[in-house]
Amino acid sequence: MSEISEIAKDIRKKIYMTAHYAGGGHMGASFSMADIISVLYFGNVLRYDAKNPEWEERDKFILSKGHACYALYAALAKAGYYPEEELWNVGKPGSKFGGHPKMHDIPGVEASTGALGHGLSFAIGIAYANKRDKKDSHVYVVLGDGECQEGSVWEGALSAPTLGLDNMTVIVDHNKLQAMDDLEKIVHMKPFADKWRAFGWNVVEIDGHDYGQIKDGLLVRAEGKPTLIVANTIKGKGVSFMENVPIWHYRMPNEEEIPVLMEELGLTEADLEQSQQARLPEMLQKVRGTQKG
Amino acid sequence: MRTAYLDTLYELARQDQRVYALISDNGAIVYDKYRRDLADQYLNLGISEANMLGMAAGMASCGKIPFSYTIGAFLAYRAFEFIRNDICLQKQNVKIVGTGAGQVYSALGPTHHSTEDLGGLRSLPDLTILCPASPLEVRKATVAAYEHEGPVYLRLGTNREPEIYKEDYAFEIGKGITVRDGKDVTLIGTGSIVGDILGVVEQLQRDGIHARVINIHTIKPIDKGIILRAIEETGKIITVEDHNIIGGLGSAVAEVIAESGKGVAFKRMGLQKFSNGYGDYVQVKEMNGIGIKQVYDEVKMIIK
Repeated sequence: MSEISEIAKDIRKKIYMTAHYAGGGHMGASFSMADIISVLYFGNVLRYDAKNPEWEERDKFILSKGHACYALYAALAKAGYYPEEELWNVGKPGSKFGGHPKMHDIPGVEASTGALGHGLSFAIGIAYANKRDKKDSHVYVVLGDGECQEGSVWEGALSAPTLGLDNMTVIVDHNKLQAMDDLEKIVHMKPFADKWRAFGWNVVEIDGHDYGQIKDGLLVRAEGKPTLIVANTIKGKGVSFMENVPIWHYRMPNEEEIPVLMEELGLTEADLEQSQQARLPEMLQKVRGTQKG
Repeated sequence: MRTAYLDTLYELARQDQRVYALISDNGAIVYDKYRRDLADQYLNLGISEANMLGMAAGMASCGKIPFSYTIGAFLAYRAFEFIRNDICLQKQNVKIVGTGAGQVYSALGPTHHSTEDLGGLRSLPDLTILCPASPLEVRKATVAAYEHEGPVYLRLGTNREPEIYKEDYAFEIGKGITVRDGKDVTLIGTGSIVGDILGVVEQLQRDGIHARVINIHTIKPIDKGIILRAIEETGKIITVEDHNIIGGLGSAVAEVIAESGKGVAFKRMGLQKFSNGYGDYVQVKEMNGIGIKQVYDEVKMIIK
């Protein structure tokens, strides 16, 4: 798993760099699930072919908490769906990448998410179709814990066990924070795992930053039941001053904070300079193209 | 209309395994045939419209053609964001089938009336909206929805609508139908109220007024050509719909008239507030300003 830790480290760097150039983004939520997405894509869990994104037999990953898309963008670039330089233009004219992911536009993105409470039912539809087609493809979904305040999540929570969808795994990124405060202070969600158990899910609880536990959890299957992983995570994980602080749901670091962040993420001035060079000509070209069009 | 829809969908599902009948616990008895013969293509998801439509979008992303059916009000209002994001934004081939158009569930009251569905849904990009007028047209619209690659909202009434067509005809999405020609005034309707309008036109005929009747079975994309011809050939246009006058047929026709640059006497008939009062469908239409007599009076006024 040492290789995964390098990958996760790199994904965290890319999350910051994406936000750095975009001038904003949901970094805390992206850092929170960086380890989970690293194991999913690079730990021999998700079956995909970056050269053939529409491969019929692929597993699918639905990022229901679409605001954490910088983590997904970084993972897909690393997996080879597109060059990572694309990420240095996120949210700019001419880019296919925005602050929430869009299917059809971005190779490897399986759903257009951002409005919370949509990914679960969409994934249930995929899992149900796979059952009908007797495909052994698996569907993975990442939900936010704050997202679980949406009523539609619980419609899906009732539906998947009823349909016996043991070909899907939902990971709740349980960082216990939402945009404005501690989850529990805003809405009482405890006992969180028990709620899912009561709804008929096969529930696994893990440390969402422990690569071994993440992989074991992602490979758990229970006949006739969908699996739900409560991944206990730390929002902003990897940058000390962001960890467990709600304001980092969206805020950008200031001049004093940036050096600390770069040090902790292992990011150098050279990394930024190099990416800046990779970025500018292409972006300017695209902006000009857009203006002409 | 409901039986016409279910019979047609049954045939389509038998011919094409990609077709699924999803329901949100509505119409249990009428689905008996599906449960018996098409158990693998039938799914009652319980009372969860948002989940049904989100799931339908996921199924469509895998090549299925789900027809998702329940009362239109519950689909168009409660599950609007799922229609918008999961189905339209993601361009998924889902058919959203709303029963109980307008106030046809008359005595059940306004919670069950689909009187603002067109207004909300018409603004959604990539959504085709079909609002057939009779059982025969429901059959044709169901087949057209199946053949159309992309999201469709199919607005159905209930089971008591009379047939308005005496013979077979060509149905094409986006092409309105002149069901009665005339030169003095044009009445444009959508859904089962077209049958009411035809009754009014009989009366007008006796008064020496020759009204043209246009059935707009496709609310979106609207048939601009047929409206522009009416502006030229009859002037004076009245739209009649069992829907709020904002956002539905009347608005769609008004947009075409306004952009044509031609001035024409024009009146939108429909609801101006929530449906009020109980009774049978005929009575509730009267109580809410779209009864046969009211349409007749409106024509007389515009002709003067």
